[in-house]
Formats: sequence, C-alpha cells, structure tokens
Amino acid sequence: MIIGLDVGGTHTDVVLLGDNGLENEIKVPTDPSNLFHSVLLGLSEITTGIDPTKIQRIVLSTTLATNAVVQGKIPAVGMIVSSGPGIDPECYCTNPYYFVVSGAIDHRGREIEPVQAAQIHQIEQHLQKEGIRYVGVVGKFSIRNPAHELQIKDMLSNSFEKVFMGHRISGNLNFSRRIATTYLNAAVYPIHKEFYEAVQKSLAAKGLVLPIRLLKADGGNMKFESSIELPAQTILSGPAASVMGAVAFGSENKDTLVMDIGGTTTDMAILINRAPVLDPLGITIGEYKTLIRSLETFSIGLGGDSLVKLSGGELNVGPERLGPAMAYGGPAPTPTDAWFIKGEIINGDREKSFSGFKSLAKSLGISVESVATRVIDVACKNILTAAQQLIDRVNSKPVYTVHELQEGYLVRPKEILVLGGPAPYFAKHLETVSDYKFRVIPRWHVANAIGAALARTTCEVTFFADTEHKFAEAPEEDFSQTIDTHFDSQAAIENAFRLLRDKAIARGANPDFLEMEVVEALQFNMVRGFNTIGKNIRVKVQVKPGLIHGYDEVISKLASR
Amino acid sequence: MIKAKHKTGLVFFPAFDWAISPTHPEREERLLYTQDQIFEEGIFDVEGISELKPDPVTLKDVQRVHFCIPDVWSVTTESHFISAGGAKTIGMAVLDKDIERGFALVRPPGHHANRVVHGARGFCNINIEAIMIEYLREAYNIEKVAIVDTDCHHGDGTQDIYWHDPDTLFISIHQDGRTLYPGSGFPNELGGPNAVGKTLNIPLPPHTSEEGFLYAVQHVIMPILDDFRPDIIVNSAGQDNHYTDPITNMNFSAQGYAQLTSILKPDIAVLEGGYSIEGALPYVNLGIVLALAGIDYTHVKEPDYDPDRIRQAPAVTDAIEKIGETVLAIWQQREHIKHQLMEKTDPGRRSRKIFYDTDGIQESQKEQIQICSDCAGALRIDSTSSRGMHILAVHIPRNACNACRQTGHTWYETADANDFDIILLQDRTEDKYLQKKVN
Repeated sequence: MIIGLDVGGTHTDVVLLGDNGLENEIKVPTDPSNLFHSVLLGLSEITTGIDPTKIQRIVLSTTLATNAVVQGKIPAVGMIVSSGPGIDPECYCTNPYYFVVSGAIDHRGREIEPVQAAQIHQIEQHLQKEGIRYVGVVGKFSIRNPAHELQIKDMLSNSFEKVFMGHRISGNLNFSRRIATTYLNAAVYPIHKEFYEAVQKSLAAKGLVLPIRLLKADGGNMKFESSIELPAQTILSGPAASVMGAVAFGSENKDTLVMDIGGTTTDMAILINRAPVLDPLGITIGEYKTLIRSLETFSIGLGGDSLVKLSGGELNVGPERLGPAMAYGGPAPTPTDAWFIKGEIINGDREKSFSGFKSLAKSLGISVESVATRVIDVACKNILTAAQQLIDRVNSKPVYTVHELQEGYLVRPKEILVLGGPAPYFAKHLETVSDYKFRVIPRWHVANAIGAALARTTCEVTFFADTEHKFAEAPEEDFSQTIDTHFDSQAAIENAFRLLRDKAIARGANPDFLEMEVVEALQFNMVRGFNTIGKNIRVKVQVKPGLIHGYDEVISKLASR
Repeated sequence: MIKAKHKTGLVFFPAFDWAISPTHPEREERLLYTQDQIFEEGIFDVEGISELKPDPVTLKDVQRVHFCIPDVWSVTTESHFISAGGAKTIGMAVLDKDIERGFALVRPPGHHANRVVHGARGFCNINIEAIMIEYLREAYNIEKVAIVDTDCHHGDGTQDIYWHDPDTLFISIHQDGRTLYPGSGFPNELGGPNAVGKTLNIPLPPHTSEEGFLYAVQHVIMPILDDFRPDIIVNSAGQDNHYTDPITNMNFSAQGYAQLTSILKPDIAVLEGGYSIEGALPYVNLGIVLALAGIDYTHVKEPDYDPDRIRQAPAVTDAIEKIGETVLAIWQQREHIKHQLMEKTDPGRRSRKIFYDTDGIQESQKEQIQICSDCAGALRIDSTSSRGMHILAVHIPRNACNACRQTGHTWYETADANDFDIILLQDRTEDKYLQKKVN
C-alpha cells in the first residue's frame, strides 16, 4: 500500500492506496506554525489499524521549504561567488554574507583567472567569526569546469557544517539562477534535514521503517536521503501534486490541459501524452529565479472564493479573496455564491448569497439571477483566456534549429481535466462556452495526495564532451573522464543514460521500469581555420515524469468507484 | 535584481543545423559560444529583456525587395527565411511598441545581398535588413530610415538596394576596400542621382581601434543622423571589426562595440558578420545587448583584452579624421554634388560587374534609373549571369509618381520576350511582384 500526503494552505490531505483503489482518505487542518504536527497527525490517522509492514511507499509533499523561504525563516548563509567577464556579479547578491572573489572560467571551461587562496581564507575566518555554518560556492561556467568550486570547497570544508557547490545543482547554464539556487539549498538545508529526520524517526517508532520520499516541483519524487544534497528541490511541490493526480486520467497520445480551480487561484498545467510539460529553466519562488526543475504552470487569481465587485460599471472577479463564500459565512460575494443562487450548490445558506448579490443587482439594474449568470460568465471567460495564455506561452518557446522551427511540436489540447473545490460547477459551464471537452477528474478532492502517492522518481543528467580538450563530464554527478577524438554524441548518450540509471535508482526509482529519454543531443564540429579540431557535444537525458509502474488497476478503481 | 532601462527584445536564432559548408565560417558552431555566454549571464531573466520567437518571412516579403533568379526557392533555404524573419519580428515588436529596442541575433547574414540575386555572395543570399525595412514601411507608418552598417565589410548589398532611395540613409563604416572583401565602399560611392548623399561610406584604415571607431561614430555619423532625422535607426551589427577576427584586420573590442551601441542608440540591431566565434562573439554580443538595454557593461571584457596592445597608430587617427571630414563635406554639399552629377552624360545609367564569391557566379548589370524630383524613380535592371540567365528586372518604388509608374509599366510591358529568359516587375505602389512568362 502507498501513502500520499500533500500539505496545503488550509488542509493536509492524506490518502492510502491499495488493491481496492482508494483505501482511505483523510483531511487534517494544516498548522503552519507546526507543520511537523500536521504531517504526523495525517500519517498516524491514515495508518490507524493498518499493518505497518503492508506500507511499501510513503510520499510527502510539504510546504516546509517554501514557507521557510517565503517567510524568510532561514539561517544566515555565506555565499562565495567567482565571476569573470560579464554582468557585474554584485547584481546577483542574494544575502548579506555574499562575497565576490577572484577566479574565472570561460565558456569552454578554460581558466581565465586563478582562485586566490588568501582571499578565501580571509572570508572563511570572517564567516566563522559570524557563526555561519552553511556556505554556497558558485562560479560562472562552473558546469563547464568545476575546478574552482571544488578548490574553494576544499579550503572551507573543515570550517563549516556543509558547503554547497553550484555545479551540483543543475546542468543548465544560468549563473544568477545557479547562485540563487545554491543559496536556497544552503538556506533550507538545516530545517529540511531536521524535519524529515524527525518524521522518519516518528514513523520508525510506529514500525514504519522505510525510506520516506519527497515530492519535487517537477512532479517526481526522490528519497529523503538523496534530497539532503538538494533540499530546495522540494520547494513548490504542491501544484505538481495536483497535476500528477490528474495524469492518470489524461488521454494517451493527446494533449490535455489540467486546471486546478481552488478558492483563491486557478492553477494550470499541460500534459502531452500523460507527461507534464516542464519549465525549461526552473521555478521562481518569491524574488528568486532558480534552476529547480518544475512543471510549466500558470496561475491566475481567480477561484471559488474570489471577490466579486463592480469596477467602472463592469463585474470583476478576483484576484482578491476576502474570505469564504457568503453562503458559508463569508464577508463578500463570490462565484461560489453565484452557484448557490443558481441552485447548483445547496449545502449552505443561499439567502446570504442572495443578500450579497442584491446590491450588485441594483447597481446593474438587473435581477440577482442575472448577476449570478454574469459572474459565472466573467469567471469562465477569464479562466479560458488564461488557458489560452498558457498554451501560447508553451508554443512560443524559442527554438534554435531550422528543423525545430519548421517541425516543432505545437500543443493543441482538446480536453481539459478539472479538479478543485468548485470544479464540477465550473466544468459544466465552461464546456458550454468553449470548444474544449471538460472532465472532472475522479477523487478530485484528494487528487493532490493521490498524485504525490503515484508519482515516479525523476531526475535528469546533463552530459558535456569536448574532444579537443579530451574530456567529458556530467558536473551534477561529479563525473568526469578522459575521452579520445572518436567520442561522439552516441557515446555521450550511452554514458548519460548509464549515469541517469544509477542516479534514478539511488533516488529510489524502480530499476525494472525506467522510462528514460533524450531531451537534447547536440554535436558541433569545432573548426579553426579550415581544420576540424574536435567535437563539442551536449546531451541531456531524463527520467520522464509520470506515474509509477504497476498501479494501473488501482488507478482504474479510482476512476470507477 | 537587474532591470533594463530600455525595454529590449531579442530574437536569438543560431540555426544550429545550418551551414554553408562544414568548415565554412558561416557554420553551425558560429553562435554556440554566444549562446553559452548569453544563457550563462541569464540575459532573459533580466526584467525588461524578452526573447521573441521568430516568424519566418513570406515569399512576398522577399519579393518586395529582391529579384531572385530563377526564383526565390533556388537561391534561399529555410534558414534565410527565418533569419530575415528574426529581423522582421524585432522590427514589428519595436513599431508595435512591445519593446523599445531590439536585436536580431540571427544567422545567416544578409548585407552583401543586392536587389538582384543570382546566388550567394559574401555568405549572404537575401538582405535581411532590407526585407525587414520594406515590410515595416508597408505595414506601419514609417518613411525615413537610417541604416548604419558597422560590419567590417562594406555593406554593398544594402547600398545597392537603397542606392536610389532618398528616404533611406545608408552609412557603412568598414575596413578600407583596398584591403578587404568586397573591395568597395569608398566615399565617392554616394548614391544615385535621385538620392545623392543618402549613401555614405566611411572606409577606415586597417588596425583602427576603439578610438577611431568611436570618433567616426561621434563626429561623423551622429551629426548626419541628427540632421537626417530618421523615423527609425537600424544597425547592421557585424562584429568582425574585433581584434581577434580571423578574416579582417581591425582592432575593435567588446567594450568598443558596447560604447558604439550606447552612442548610436539604434532602434533595431541585426547581427551581420563576425567570425571570431570564441574570443569575440560571446563578449561583443553580450556588450551590445547590455548597451541596448541600458545595463552596465563595464565588466564585459574579453579574457585577453588589453587596450594598450590594440591602440591605434597616430597615422591611423589622422587618416580617420581626414576621411571624416570628406564624408561630412559630402553630406553637407549633397545638393551641389547632385548638380555636378547631372551634368555628366547619361547620369541615369550605370554598368557594372558583380562577383558572387560564395557561389562563384559572375553577373553583368546594365542599370537605368528614371531621373525624378518627385520620387525615387523607376528602375530598370538588365542582368546577365555566368550561369546563362539573362533577365530584365523593373522596379517601381513606393510612392512612385505617375510618370515613373508609367515608365516602369512600359518597360515591363514592352520588353521583348525573345531578349530575356525572365522579365520581372516589382511594383511597390501596389505591393505586387509580376513575372512575364517567357519561353
């Protein structure tokens, strides 16, 4: 049996999946000041009366790291950054203890300027004096040659609890994001480590001795042990949980849009043949643009509890939310109240919805029922516009080859999967005003926890080879080797797959069902004068995000019951 | 967080799957390290800088500018359509006011492509700036355009296309044609009789450094631009004046290019040449992008940059000052020069030979322009290529006066089908391109 847990802003959802499909589901209130309690409560309630040895897998999606970053509840961290030519590295300053040092590497990984040991030692002493225990070391182009980061780390290792290096975080080029991501990893490390160690210990006390898994923003999971090096990857896993909960119900070989209509926002993502579309660079959290792999998502401030008001004689829905719907005792009219007025929702105080809409009706000179109809129309129109914006955004991603520009895949979803509180009401209406086919996904109220439970382990590997300089490397994997001039992109792909396989298994993937794919494979002849001096090879491979193998029956039961 | 002072758009299209030939300077690898630098700098994360996806140009866009022989598909590839489309995408974004300035970082280049195209010359097949400009003139309310070509090679193709257009000021600053391909671009090449002084050439001596380029921009180009008052300024931003470029002999730098861009303030920059793909392009392109966006570029320096080592000799400085005076004088006395020109016998005719180095074609042209004070004048080009094509190309300019329209149509209609393989009419007054079926 599998447990999936997703911490939301107000509720923590927990599901237990087994041979009968959804064996049990639980909602407990989320206490943001004591997440540990919320998680533990959810886990102990769902396992009550269950034989611990029957639990094969526990996947958690929490807001721990996100909250720590957004609320700034993170310790002081030292950042040591070496740059070289380009934008002034001071522009990328993340925090007070941020030091720009000597040392530079160019775009092909050649040293332009060496590291100065004395400078590093001075900073080391300063940071130690300030009581700093976690340090990030980042160099421009360090993924082309991590030598300087390694050198600086070696100088620091004995003085700090943990030193994070930029080249381990992602194989993507982007210095400022590398700095921000390394900083976030160092900053959330202590709280992350302490929290999940405590969770694991508490579970062990209940007889649940299995590695817990954490959901990432890309809709995949990894074992807690692997996450220690990259704790920031667990940031913003919530939206991914919901999307993964919808994956099982997407159509094969088709494009599908997933829409999570909540109280305050509507979040959207796209599936191509049941695999979510990823953001090519990484997630943005608060002021930080990162290299944390994530789903491509789009949010608008419009949900069931959005404030309905008149502005300039026009009905306006969202983005503010003042509270729940008036039918549930809230302070101001909302789309949910509109559903009450239309008689679609009945389990609340319809009279309050009516009274809330009266002044709107008076101002517009129409009936309360007509206002409700218009509110729903406006909300649906805004949702559909946003859906089109997401589709346009995905389709307008630049490409860099003639082939891709001509033959590039364009996303054209025909069906939309909807989940979230007001989902059933919206879906019905959205279908009448658009050409999309709408489906409310089964078990939508706990789809997020189901998504966490069923998500597979994901990871990617970036592999780089330069046959002139006779080296190949996968910087994130701490892998480098000498190669000869015959090394080519095929060899690079084979090597990358081998590294990916090892990485995925170490992170907790099922070795028998690894769905690996090439994301990018470029090979350039390097020509100087009229001679080809070598090949420059760039390969990126990944485990495709998706659902774990062997649960098709469970999924079909989710759909049928 | 970095913020652009000027909202800037970039089209980045490195055409990683296109080359003239495997070891040609215009090959897949050319913008690889530029991409690495631009991506590593996180340029597209800067607030106020956006990346636009290019839409390829259409056949009509190409035929608005060129006479392609025997037809467009025979002398172009998809890559040319996308490259020109990159420029057009930027141009539209600027005129739609989505962005304040833009840079089309595209390949292949285009500034050696003439109005008549029998093949590739100087790595160029179609003129990507001209295709953009003529589209913009058709779709938006702009008339006066200035093109400043800062590629190390004379922009002879752009010069050819705008030779007779009084509304387009074309200024090319380049390495002296006596020492470099295409061997043209001297001050006495100053436009046809209807557009005297609207073509200006500033040949610079080999080994010109930052000082010389910036002098010419500040003291020659800027005063002329201020005087001309264009609706938009287009920069053909070739980067082969760099001190590490393998096929030229100049001593310009990334800092210099960035400063030049800050002074020139082009609305639209379009990449042209530049073949020092590792040592120059990553830094020069970055410098230009930052300068366009109004972001500090003082840290953008080549790893081996040493201003003392590339400083120009006093003789070079003197020569540049002199050429500057000559060009300014031409601009100021253009009316007078026109009168002198008109006294020559048959000032509306010229004959010339054009060599297509990339494709090894020799072309002979006999050109006749209708001398006109009301418009750019109807143009008749009789062209023969060593591939055996003999064609007649008639161009009726935008805003053509009735007389010139009539002349153009008469040339086209009365041309004897027995004399030519193809007879073409580019009628810009109706935005039409016609071909008379021959044989």
